[in-house]
Amino acid sequence: MLIQGRFKELSRKTVFAVLAWGLAAFFLAPYLEMVITAVRPANELRDNGYLPKHFQWGNFVDVWSQTTIGQNLQVSLLVAGGATLLTLLVALPAAYYTARIRFRGRKIFLLLVLVTQMFQPAALQVGLAREFTSLGMMDSDLTLIIANAAFNLAFAVWILSAYISSIPAELEEAAMIDGTSRVGALFKVTLPLALPGVVTCVIFTFITAWNEFIMGLILINTPSKQPLTVGIDSMIGAYNPQWNFMFAASVVAIIPVVILFASIERHVVSGLTAGSVK
Amino acid sequence: MSQKTAAPDAATSAKAAKAAKPTAAGGRNSLARLGPLPWIGPCIALILLVVVWPVAEMVLTSTHKISGLGIDFGFNGLGRYQKLFSDARLGTVMTWTLIWTVLVVGFTMVISLGLAQLYNQQFPGRKYTRWALIIPWAASVIVTSIGFRWMLDEVAGVLNRMMLDLGLIHGAENWTGDAAHAKPWLIFVAVFVSLPFTTYTLLAGLQTVPGEVYEAARVDGASSWQTYFRITLPLLRPSFLVALVINLINVFNSFPVIWGMTQGGPNTDTSTSTVFMFILGQTDVGESAAMSVVNFAVVIVMVLLFLKVSRWNEES
Repeated sequence: MLIQGRFKELSRKTVFAVLAWGLAAFFLAPYLEMVITAVRPANELRDNGYLPKHFQWGNFVDVWSQTTIGQNLQVSLLVAGGATLLTLLVALPAAYYTARIRFRGRKIFLLLVLVTQMFQPAALQVGLAREFTSLGMMDSDLTLIIANAAFNLAFAVWILSAYISSIPAELEEAAMIDGTSRVGALFKVTLPLALPGVVTCVIFTFITAWNEFIMGLILINTPSKQPLTVGIDSMIGAYNPQWNFMFAASVVAIIPVVILFASIERHVVSGLTAGSVK
Repeated sequence: MSQKTAAPDAATSAKAAKAAKPTAAGGRNSLARLGPLPWIGPCIALILLVVVWPVAEMVLTSTHKISGLGIDFGFNGLGRYQKLFSDARLGTVMTWTLIWTVLVVGFTMVISLGLAQLYNQQFPGRKYTRWALIIPWAASVIVTSIGFRWMLDEVAGVLNRMMLDLGLIHGAENWTGDAAHAKPWLIFVAVFVSLPFTTYTLLAGLQTVPGEVYEAARVDGASSWQTYFRITLPLLRPSFLVALVINLINVFNSFPVIWGMTQGGPNTDTSTSTVFMFILGQTDVGESAAMSVVNFAVVIVMVLLFLKVSRWNEES
């Protein structure tokens, strides 16, 4: 009886493990195919063999000199970095204040921030293009930084606010009695304790801005000023698309964010749903 | 010179800070007197600039006469809306948008329930298999979609080759060449990229269910299906509803999946409303703006739905 129970338990685990590993392969496969295509020599791109006859790892070097992705990568780094910094600068004071002080209009403010999460760039594309055209701010890194920061505020404010709320206000009050200002207490006491929240916010904003596509598509016209996602997409439009270079660039775009994402995975769900789960 | 004076200045300000020790509370009050604006003002300004202003621009553009160069020639009435509503493509686009949203969200929710249940079990390699799910989540949706477009290529696509080898098809197909072939794949890719977030959200919900509840159900002799439908699902309701509405909004507004695979084409046959407004924008910015206002009305309905299922409903 006991042995039978153990056997049942073991076979259950085996079934789960087989299923889960199968699924893992399924989710990885498209990205593996990207790597395989990235190393295909140009003359084997129209072959339908599963693997190329020659693995041309040099594509990862040539892609920098033969396409604009070097410039696109710089734009993406600048935009994602700038947007992350701006988001943090704007969201941190707001998150801190709403976490610590019950002021009039606090709820309305939090609601406003939450609702911005629902208004996505794709739905506002026509208005965004019109606005930044009339402001004379098309084709500018700064425009992408500002726009990306705005659409990331909701996540940032909510996750930072949740982390700061979980740190007892008494700790700050003690520091303030010792002569530290409120801003000093924020930087010396609260922020170090809220660090996991801050790191999550920074990495998540960076990834979202790095992956952003539609705003780069509608607000930037000059190919060398486009972010990496738009640069990769525009390679399809070429007379003879160089799929190997396209996916070499894609692999370069994906690997860093996957590593970053894995480091904050545990905190992301709470940030995405913090404003809404009862 | 300025460097010389800077040092003593710093020293005095440090002294002043020390002297100010007992009045720390006063400093706090002065901050409170300024009110919330210095803290939340920048946040509001950014939202007004990037989220609210475009909405106003959309309404304005749809009712004004705008030249090809973007010059505004004043109020133009509702002509653009008339043009949009008499556009033969609108019906197809809105029907496909509805089918797209319902099917992608439906499949995503059901499959994610299963995946969350699986990843909540104990088995060898659970941690690593969960990591695989991170890649489609972290990777840019446009890049993933372009990847699928390539894998479905008529000549060199690995999926065509695979389906041929498995005997599922008899000749290579041009999967992204027409709407009937492309639509199931568009739905497939959209589900593929929506699964990780949804699964992780439901998994987080599952992990809040205390073990004693299952223990009690087991003692009472409930079968595993009974336990799932009577206990797990009801307790999962809050996470489920939030994931559902976030998915509704994301999928309804989704742009990169369709853009990356078919660019909304051929013609506008696979365009949902957000892709259609982009295509319209190439020729008639007014009609495109009218489309975006109509689309925005749907978004507002979804936001109200979201507020209803989220905790704001209870608190206010």
